[in-house]
Amino acid sequence: MANINEYKHISAEKFRFVQDNEKIHDKALKTKPIGYFQDAFSRFKKNKASVVAAVILGLIILYAIIVPFISIYDIGDSDGFYTKCRPTLAIGDFVIFDSTREMTLNERYYNYYTAIGVGATDPDGTAELTWQDGIESEFNPVTAIKKETENAGKISRIAKVDSYLMIGFQYLRMTPSDFQKILDWEAENGIKVVYPMVDTSDPDCEDPTDANVWYKSLGMMPLSESGNKLTLDGVKEQGYVDNYLRDQDGNVMYYAQRDKNTVEIRVLYHNYYIYKTGHEPIFLFGSDGKGYDICTRMAYGLRLSLVLSVGVASVCFIFGAIFGAIEGYYGGWIDLLLERVVDILWRMPLYIIVSLFQLHLVNTGKATVLGGLLLAFCVTGWIGTAAVVRTQFYRFKNQEYILAARTLGAGDLRLMFRHIFPNAIGTIITSSVFAIPGVITSEATFSYLGIVNFNSSTSVSLGTMMSDGQRYLQYDPHILLIPAAVIAIMMICFNLFGNGLRDAFNPSLRGADE
Amino acid sequence: MRTLKYVLKRLLFLVITFFIIMTITFCLIKMLQVEIPLGPQGQIEKERREALGWNEPILTQYGIYLKNIFTKFDWGTSWKVSYMTPVAEVLFSRMMPTILVNVLSILIGLPLGIVLGIFAALLKNKWPDHVISVIIVLFISVPSFVLAFFLQYFLAFKLQWFPLVMSSVADAGGMFTWKMIYSIMLPVMAGAFYEIAYFARTVRAELTEALTSDYMLLARTKGLTKQKAIVRHALKNAMVPILPVIIGTFLSVLGGSMVLEQIFAIPGVGTLTLSSLTFRDYDLFVLTSMFYTLIGLSAAILTDLSYGFLDPRIKMGER
Repeated sequence: MANINEYKHISAEKFRFVQDNEKIHDKALKTKPIGYFQDAFSRFKKNKASVVAAVILGLIILYAIIVPFISIYDIGDSDGFYTKCRPTLAIGDFVIFDSTREMTLNERYYNYYTAIGVGATDPDGTAELTWQDGIESEFNPVTAIKKETENAGKISRIAKVDSYLMIGFQYLRMTPSDFQKILDWEAENGIKVVYPMVDTSDPDCEDPTDANVWYKSLGMMPLSESGNKLTLDGVKEQGYVDNYLRDQDGNVMYYAQRDKNTVEIRVLYHNYYIYKTGHEPIFLFGSDGKGYDICTRMAYGLRLSLVLSVGVASVCFIFGAIFGAIEGYYGGWIDLLLERVVDILWRMPLYIIVSLFQLHLVNTGKATVLGGLLLAFCVTGWIGTAAVVRTQFYRFKNQEYILAARTLGAGDLRLMFRHIFPNAIGTIITSSVFAIPGVITSEATFSYLGIVNFNSSTSVSLGTMMSDGQRYLQYDPHILLIPAAVIAIMMICFNLFGNGLRDAFNPSLRGADE
Repeated sequence: MRTLKYVLKRLLFLVITFFIIMTITFCLIKMLQVEIPLGPQGQIEKERREALGWNEPILTQYGIYLKNIFTKFDWGTSWKVSYMTPVAEVLFSRMMPTILVNVLSILIGLPLGIVLGIFAALLKNKWPDHVISVIIVLFISVPSFVLAFFLQYFLAFKLQWFPLVMSSVADAGGMFTWKMIYSIMLPVMAGAFYEIAYFARTVRAELTEALTSDYMLLARTKGLTKQKAIVRHALKNAMVPILPVIIGTFLSVLGGSMVLEQIFAIPGVGTLTLSSLTFRDYDLFVLTSMFYTLIGLSAAILTDLSYGFLDPRIKMGER
């Protein structure tokens, strides 16, 4: 105790201010602060499935944005002959789709398709036409024989037939000047388009409408020089006898005059396509029943789905947030009244709203199909978001910090959007993301059902593609199954992504997995 | 007493909602311009519209409509889909196929879903749980009609196990024959997959919560074996929130899935609605729409009320 008394008599000069004329500041944080979104992102990264889903979604969105720009096809490009073509897709040497279709060929059809290759080797009617030529020709549609089975002496083959080459030759009618253009192009590029006409008046010409039967035939099998019907072995040994239209000198003729201003010519369609469009026929995901390129149209369909769903999600995000905020913040009779409105709208089946909008706005020309659909989805779409916001507002509006802010004089709007709303932002974002796959599915469903009709040459939806493809499901499944698979993948990814987002935005899960 | 009051209040609100939706649908449909064809056909059409009062103002028409419903249960007449037949009759004749398909898919989906959910919860974070979780994500996310296309291609075309579309009643020899049931197996499966995933997910979540709760610890401490504790306490408690959903689902079988009916050519309510829309058979469209609305409304009410009845912790009508 004696020591304390010693300090009682320290003279005043010995004291000095620690800081004089100096303001005290909080020290800046040395460590990097982690914001709300950064925190959410770091938690999101830990969820492997969600990250993968997000990457796949990103790729799909990229596909939808980029493909229409770089694709050689446009949305309305269709080809009457290249319908139901198989997909051709290879990454490097790894072939995913090889553009062939599997067919069971009996002798007649095996010969029929091989003969296309044989005919293609002989553009001027002078070559000796052997079976071997056909096999070696680059235009031979039969690319591989997978299996041979013998049944009652008849051999049938399961073969892979190239769906682009199997169209073979076609008769076309055009004006002589158009014909001259083809000839000029041929001379310039060295690609043979026009092939000799077939003598359709010959009694041995079986089918005058089929440009692929250019040889003398009976019962779909070629005839030998002496006029006997050949078997497949016979064809392999003796080759084909052509049935070309010739003039008096024995030269083949490349066109037949049909009337004053029209000539008929016989083209190898694969090469004619190159002449017509400037590129080889390649449909990455095949072509559909009307000859549209599925790859390009799917990108347009995805664009439509994404534009629609993001549009609906953002409209609903804003409107739902405001509606829910008013409901939740004011409570009482306002809440009660607005909730009844929600109840009624919520119970109205979506298809009724969509069909009414289509009937009233779209069929009368007041809105585009997409616009009508967007409006219809917005009528009920915001309800989910509003409910989430309302709950969040109920949770936070009675907390002490709100009371504190109110005491400090914050107004209603400031309280709502500065103090309460940020607490709800995570849940709102999650609910909006979950709304997107719902909109995509509904859109596909309505356009599949035909409640919503997109004009096929200017716009397309995945649902329309599926409803068009359904009738080809048995023999040409790619027309339906490729869009279906894309939609399935997209939905799975959206759900996984949404789940990851929900967990990431939930701070109560912080550290739970560590 | 309070319960009764609450139930009555809910029912009253159901009726009000129903009428508001009906008014909106009816008026919007009647506001549509109808093209009357020229010639004798158009003359008949004109006279018919005059006789049915379709040229009156819309609210008068609605009055006539309501009067007919209340006095004669006459919802109008179908002129296009089924000529000169009362629409209510048309609707009832189409209900059986829808119900059959949906009852079957629930009968398959419900038990399977619950069993899978229980499995997943009991073996949480082991491989069966992971497999089931993958199945759940797959079947919940992929829209049922996309699934239906894959089923149709692989099971009907490739393997040829099932017929492509539903047989006609005459062909199968009745609605409830084996042939008929066999022919609707594909839509039943496409519908059931979603039910399986949905119930598996709900059961898994609820049961996981029940298994980790304190009363389970107490049950084990007082000497129950694990199985007994699960069956007596965890399962029972987990089922409380699930049963109302099941009840609601059973009511919504009447509605069914429009898109599945379209894919598999089931002559049910869904395809009826679609054809009423395509052929512009508006009386029929209003009725089928109201039918779907009523099912939605009653399923929601039934689910809500059964929560109150099944869970003693919830007191109905209390604020």
